[in-house]
Amino acid sequence: MINGVGRFIPNGMQPFVSSDNFLTKERRLISKKTKQSKTVFLDNIEEVFDVLGIDSNMTISFHHHLRNGDKVIKMVSEEIEKRDIKNLHFAPSSIFPSYTKLVDLIKKGNVNEIHTNYLNGEVAKVISQGYLKGKLVMNTHGGRARAIESGDLSIDVAFIACPVVDKFGNGHGATGKSACGTLGYSISDLEYAKKVVLVTDTVVEKLENYQLDSKFVDYVLIVDSIGDRMGIVSGTTEITKDPIGLKIAKDCANLLNYLGLIRNDFSMQTGAGKTSLAVVKYVEEIMKKNHIIGSFASGGITKAYVGMLEAGLFKQLYDVQCFDLEAVSSFAKNKNHIAMTASEYGNPFEKEPICDKLDFVILGATEIDLDFNVNVTTDSMGNLIGGSGGHADIAYGSNVTIIISPLIKSRIPIIKEKVMTVTTPGSDVDILITERGIAINPKRTDLHEKLANSQFPIFEIAELLEISHKITGVPKKIETNEQIIGYVEYRDGTYLDCIRKVKNGY
Amino acid sequence: MFRSLLFIPGNNPSMLQNADVFLADAIIFDLEDAISINEKNNARNLVKNYLLTSSVLPKQIILRVNSINTEWFKKDIELLKTNKINYLLIPKTDKSSLLNIEEYLSAFEKENKLVETKIIALVETARGVNDLPLFAENKRLIALLLGAEDLASDLQIKRTETGEEIFYARSKIIYAAVDHNLIAIDTPYTNINNLEGLLKDATYAANLGMKAKACIHPNQLEVVNKVFSPSEQEIKWAKEVIKISLEKPGSGAFQFQGKMIDKPILDRAEKILVKAKHFNLM
Repeated sequence: MINGVGRFIPNGMQPFVSSDNFLTKERRLISKKTKQSKTVFLDNIEEVFDVLGIDSNMTISFHHHLRNGDKVIKMVSEEIEKRDIKNLHFAPSSIFPSYTKLVDLIKKGNVNEIHTNYLNGEVAKVISQGYLKGKLVMNTHGGRARAIESGDLSIDVAFIACPVVDKFGNGHGATGKSACGTLGYSISDLEYAKKVVLVTDTVVEKLENYQLDSKFVDYVLIVDSIGDRMGIVSGTTEITKDPIGLKIAKDCANLLNYLGLIRNDFSMQTGAGKTSLAVVKYVEEIMKKNHIIGSFASGGITKAYVGMLEAGLFKQLYDVQCFDLEAVSSFAKNKNHIAMTASEYGNPFEKEPICDKLDFVILGATEIDLDFNVNVTTDSMGNLIGGSGGHADIAYGSNVTIIISPLIKSRIPIIKEKVMTVTTPGSDVDILITERGIAINPKRTDLHEKLANSQFPIFEIAELLEISHKITGVPKKIETNEQIIGYVEYRDGTYLDCIRKVKNGY
Repeated sequence: MFRSLLFIPGNNPSMLQNADVFLADAIIFDLEDAISINEKNNARNLVKNYLLTSSVLPKQIILRVNSINTEWFKKDIELLKTNKINYLLIPKTDKSSLLNIEEYLSAFEKENKLVETKIIALVETARGVNDLPLFAENKRLIALLLGAEDLASDLQIKRTETGEEIFYARSKIIYAAVDHNLIAIDTPYTNINNLEGLLKDATYAANLGMKAKACIHPNQLEVVNKVFSPSEQEIKWAKEVIKISLEKPGSGAFQFQGKMIDKPILDRAEKILVKAKHFNLM
């Protein structure tokens, strides 16, 4: 059948209707886990596998707070490989290039199903090529929390990398030799997984404050190292020097200012890309010039936002994961740098998720189409290169959603008649800013009216497409293999799109 | 009319592709100093193909060719056949080189049935500075651009942040330009990461009488455009002065905001408005 963004979804699956269709549904909650016994401390993974009886067909989850420096998923993967446990379902919140052991598990049939929010590197490549025997489900950060709490994503064992654990089994991410900051993505796993294992390399007597409550923790596995914290800085930390990126960022900040969105008590979120960081810098300059104090910034937090919090430009930061070590340090010492769970961040069924309080968000796109649908899941050839993360959550929640991107990336226009994969429905995307012009979603008549007499170069999105085609020529239609290898799941649990095997896959 | 002119190396495809996007009033495609000897032909071919095939060209295009004494000059001039180049930027211009170029261009234009090509003289040698009174009246010239780095090399002096060492050259260019109705264009500020330094340097040059400034990085354009544009207050003042003068035709001098307004002031107000309109500032 055809869903609400015009995409084919196989019969038997819930098709996406609209981004606010969840409002017609009731929140579904399974019971939070209860445990009868004290937390047990173990010091080798074999024992953990033995006592938990980890076996075929189980679902095992992980978080990605240590990002490219994570060693826990590798450790667990190696044990699975050693025992040759087959047909497992992995549910990591994200998958990074360093998770190479997972490639072997996929190819050998140890892991046959994957639920995740984001993936790139070799794992993405082999899944694109069709090596995963079952299906890949790409959901959002808020959608993952919803899926876990509702029982749609039932987790047998959650391995939670935890930088510091006390002798009672409480855990925190702010301190310890592998401190990575907030552990927001792991909270749903902690509360709803059938069994929970905290994996740590630092045990202290007692934690006064903790994010992970021992009442949910079955086991603590003590290891030499849970990861390399330097690996969390796997995104970018420096502002772009690319003149095109800077132009886009400057235009974006000027547009925000013109629209009156940079005002006292405003709230914002951006990604951690180089151009996004430039937007933050220009917004900061406008705030300082006009003596503006914002309410909060949220998301993955970078040192740019930490600097603004410390300068008194924002009252609070809501942080689901720290993107660099300055953010980790700030989280450990600043009471206004506040942890939020993935559910509090973007679960549509939360009463007042942070994403719904945002005035504006600045997001990227691999592709955007004439209906403003955005793809950040695959490239134009259909190769998996990312995923929603919180993209669709905050695009829905915020008052104004802005996509910033060069009109042409590596000689390929970013505007398409139809995107290869829909990650975020166009109904939630308001403005596209490129170096050659700005397009406003026709449904935002309020923004059109406000900008009608401005000097911003406003175009129809189809006009921008035409401009890009004049420069690059019209790209050839990309042929894909028809074999479905996975799905894009919207935050409410319905299906937005199918992901297909690449043309020359396995 | 210019405020900012951006140098883009001719062998940089991504910069060429985006040349029209930047805020420069004119783009200078460089085939000379920014291009190594081994890259000269590639750069020329790239610029030629770009000019012939791109559907989104900058508003004004300037080509910096190699010196007439080099083996590349004649090949560079061939790009005039694209009919996309507004001006040539001639390196190390002095009286003699300009005459030679004029002679060559006249024959080339006649042979290829091209209109007369206008020239911006890059004044970057002691001889060029001294020759200014001798060549500034050349009918092909539209502007004089100071090249301070080469000039400093010729003078065997160091460039400084405050630019005392180029005060004489700046002044000579400004006076020659005004005298012959040319645009005086200031030398680029080479520290691309120091926008505060750029602001000081450009403001100083503008106060001396420079009307525009060459840039070597797109990030410099905003500052330069701002410095060489009339400010909002100046535009407001000029509008009011012109409005009052129109209300009092033939009245000669009059007072406005406590100051005497006479013909030179009226002329200045008109120039401000012309510039403001040209750069879409009103």
